[in-house]
Amino acid sequence: MNTQEPQLSQINRSSKERLYRLGDVFFENITRFFALLVLLTLVAILASLVISSMPSIKAFGIGFLFSDDWDPVQEKFGALVQIYGTLVSSFIALIIALPISFGISIFLTEMSPKWLRRPLGTAIELLAAIPSIIYGMWGLFVFAPIFQKTAQPFLKETLGHIPGLSFLFAGPPMGIGMLAAGIILAIMIIPFITAVMRDVFELVPTVLKESAYGLGSTTWEVVWRVVLPYTRAGVVGGVMLGLGRALGETMAVTFVIGNAQRLQTSLLAPGNSIASSLANEFQEAVGTLYTSSLIELGLILFFITTLVLALAKWMLLRMNRLEGTKS
Amino acid sequence: MTKTLSRLIFALGLASFALGASADNITGAGATFPYPIYAKWAEAYKAKTGVGLNYQSIGSGGGIKQIEAKTVDFGASDKPLEKAELDKNGLMQWPMVIGGVVPVVHLSSVKAGQLKLTGELLADIYLGNVKKWNDPAIAALNKGVALPDQDIVVVSRSDGSGTTFNFTNYLVKVSDNWKTKVGSSTSVKWPVGISGKGNEGVASYVKQQDGAIGYVEYAYALQNKMTYVLMKNKSGHFVTPESKTFAAAAANAHWVAEEGFHEILTDEPGADSWPITAATFILMHKVQEKPDNAKAALKFFSWAYNNGSKAALELDYIPMPKSVVKQVEESWKNIKDASGKSVY
Repeated sequence: MNTQEPQLSQINRSSKERLYRLGDVFFENITRFFALLVLLTLVAILASLVISSMPSIKAFGIGFLFSDDWDPVQEKFGALVQIYGTLVSSFIALIIALPISFGISIFLTEMSPKWLRRPLGTAIELLAAIPSIIYGMWGLFVFAPIFQKTAQPFLKETLGHIPGLSFLFAGPPMGIGMLAAGIILAIMIIPFITAVMRDVFELVPTVLKESAYGLGSTTWEVVWRVVLPYTRAGVVGGVMLGLGRALGETMAVTFVIGNAQRLQTSLLAPGNSIASSLANEFQEAVGTLYTSSLIELGLILFFITTLVLALAKWMLLRMNRLEGTKS
Repeated sequence: MTKTLSRLIFALGLASFALGASADNITGAGATFPYPIYAKWAEAYKAKTGVGLNYQSIGSGGGIKQIEAKTVDFGASDKPLEKAELDKNGLMQWPMVIGGVVPVVHLSSVKAGQLKLTGELLADIYLGNVKKWNDPAIAALNKGVALPDQDIVVVSRSDGSGTTFNFTNYLVKVSDNWKTKVGSSTSVKWPVGISGKGNEGVASYVKQQDGAIGYVEYAYALQNKMTYVLMKNKSGHFVTPESKTFAAAAANAHWVAEEGFHEILTDEPGADSWPITAATFILMHKVQEKPDNAKAALKFFSWAYNNGSKAALELDYIPMPKSVVKQVEESWKNIKDASGKSVY
């Protein structure tokens, strides 16, 4: 009896262990399956985009990227206006959103009184939860008329008279247009960039900051010399997340960009973006060439976004390498 | 446990199969323009007969694709298909209800119905040839109306739509310049101006921009109390956009059942005809794989023609003239089941 007992429990344990191990194998495989599923979906999307845009690629070739002609009646299509509009509106958004998000997250992590942090942080996160169509409607019905009567005439009067800059602020103030789209996009991506920045700023070890303060650094010096270098990867990631969202934003841009199929340098003038073009025209597009040109636009957007992400990764790698040579 | 579960799944599958197979609901997809009236008719029809309508307003292009793929009982399009296209896919086509496209302006000195325009002038404005409101060509038509020395802000629709199709179709008929430079389609390359999404987008741009001109569906102009324009019709009269003038255009049109009622109601003759009137069309297959469904759909359309006029007028649509309805119902004899028997 006494000699048998340990044996029995041993058998029990080993069978349990086997069961656990089986569970582990199962778990491992199912997570791998999910991860591969993402990859598979991505490849499938890319493949279907390429296949569906074949008629347009065959008809227009590389010229599709450099032609500003978009004529559904003559079935002549080129994506230059949309590509330009997508890049410029996203770039404006980033220029505006980056310093603001940086300020917000520094304030939230370094300077804000404790009681204010949570409500302020939540308010900014709530901005991210607002559906984009609401931003579009607000932009069109509320923001654009005010913008048209106040900021745009002001910009024309001031920056519009500076030689070299005047081409950016030419034309009548219409409220809507490239600049309005950029500003609405900026408001939309601020919560994303801020959330990431705040989270990574909070990860900076207190010891590091305290030592810097102890050496007599100002708050700015601590932020610029300690917090930012420590969190660089996260900050770049947050910015790219915001940029990715700005590039692909559809409804909000459609409402305020003006949807004009013309290449214009003025930021006050109406333009068009890839996502906006798709949202507007896909529903009623008839004919193979028209539909496939729209799908090719989608393919281009896919490439632009991939390029932006790749660029971000490359920048991070380069920064890390420079770091290595310095120290 | 697993047994009950599998039974449950089986039962659910059976139930969904039964739902899918029943002919209780008519399915349709297509144009967004007639959606409000189709929905209203469907509601009244369901209350009366118990037969519902599941109509998806995915746009005319989508409606044509769906009916070609036979995923719906009927398709709906603002742009009528040519006879060749109909024959290729074995489709029937007929007009269901009428609406109108109305040019609207935003000028502080001009009230609704004061400004008069001709088709040629409208085309010149949309081409960017006429740039100012006090242009001699506009002034000559509008003696006594204070026209400001102001730029014209041209507003169009950015999304593909039947409204744009009918509007540009009219401009093609009245202006050779428009015909060669722009043409007509559900979306075109606008030479000047800004484009808003949907009627509401165009309407809000016109309201925001001083000196703007745009075009919206009649119901939209009416409900938003917009400053509409009088247009000169083919007979040389300036007419107001209203039910009467839309009905006049429809009555003066020449409908031919054999051609799939392919008739675009722009620039119709007649003293009272509004020049940018538009019909919206229904598409169905000539040979029906599911004759019961087809019969249910046709019954619904017949009911709508005969009992739906009041509801249509309430929503600012114009019912089809009785003579045309008769022609359409006559043409339904050509919708047959696989054995060649008429379903209706």
